[in-house]
Amino acid sequence: MSAQTATASLAGPEAEASSRSRSSDGPAPVRIVVAYGFWLFLLSDIIMFSALFASYAVLSGQTAGGPSGHELFELRHVGIETLCLLFSSYTCGLGILAMERGHLRRFYLAFGLTFVLGATFLGLELSEFVGLVARGAGPSRSAFLSAFFSLVGLHGAHVTAGLLWLSFMVAQTAARGPRDFVRRRLLCFSLFWHALDIIWVALVTLVYLMGAR
Amino acid sequence: MEEHGGQQAVSTGETTGVDESEPSGSFAMYTTGLAFALLLTGASFIVSQTNLLWAPGVPAGLAVLAIAQMGVHLVFFLHISTGADNTNNVLALAFGVLVVTLIVSGSLWIMAHLNGNMMPASAIMEMQR
Repeated sequence: MSAQTATASLAGPEAEASSRSRSSDGPAPVRIVVAYGFWLFLLSDIIMFSALFASYAVLSGQTAGGPSGHELFELRHVGIETLCLLFSSYTCGLGILAMERGHLRRFYLAFGLTFVLGATFLGLELSEFVGLVARGAGPSRSAFLSAFFSLVGLHGAHVTAGLLWLSFMVAQTAARGPRDFVRRRLLCFSLFWHALDIIWVALVTLVYLMGAR
Repeated sequence: MEEHGGQQAVSTGETTGVDESEPSGSFAMYTTGLAFALLLTGASFIVSQTNLLWAPGVPAGLAVLAIAQMGVHLVFFLHISTGADNTNNVLALAFGVLVVTLIVSGSLWIMAHLNGNMMPASAIMEMQR
């Protein structure tokens, strides 16, 4: 029995790799299937964002006599937000790596950092929104600002959901241990978090960098 | 006891053997990705704030930098690659890109034409008299 498992473990990687490359050999590992399904969800989410991007691009000039992006946006603020999100993506990836290699404490540290950076991003974004509304540039001021608040606000709502999911997953890891299903959920969370970064890149370029010129 | 040990050997063998195609990547990969992302972000902020690029070309330059950075995120963070396990992911991505392109370019195209063909509000009032 033990000899059998030993040979299986020796032949394991090569045999599995070759059997996976041929598609007729039964279902792929659960981990691959789960990641694929979640990737499909992320793509549909990105398609939803694309509709808001399109409406922002159409409406960005319609300021109805109100303030334009050039007067409203502070790029220093946006730069800090971008750095927060980039580094949180990095620490999230490191957390997943630590989990893969069984370093639970490093995992908690990395995900704690991810949470702090994500919360900082959200705080900065909320302060920007509050500042805009206080200056009379709320979502009801013009079509441009309606489109701005719905696009950036939807991204912010995703980040909020991500932070809730992150806290939940850390609690689940603490309660249930690093089991297979916990790892798969963590992998899905990391995909979600990285995808939010991709949307933020498009958002910064279209809304802030092109708008502030 | 013995079986547990054997299972562990199998699982560690798997993580070291298939590391390249595993969806979690490696430390070097994430660090390279972060470096590229920071570089491209810095470049797009510089391009938008200075006169480094010919002014009418700035939007195109920003678009190129943004698309490059999205590619970096896809490859280094989301691990979309050309590996055997990744064919479905790449196909789905291609379809997603197609739909996004249709939605964005189609909306812009139609709305630009609508704007062009729209009568000024004063002319519509005139006609209603």
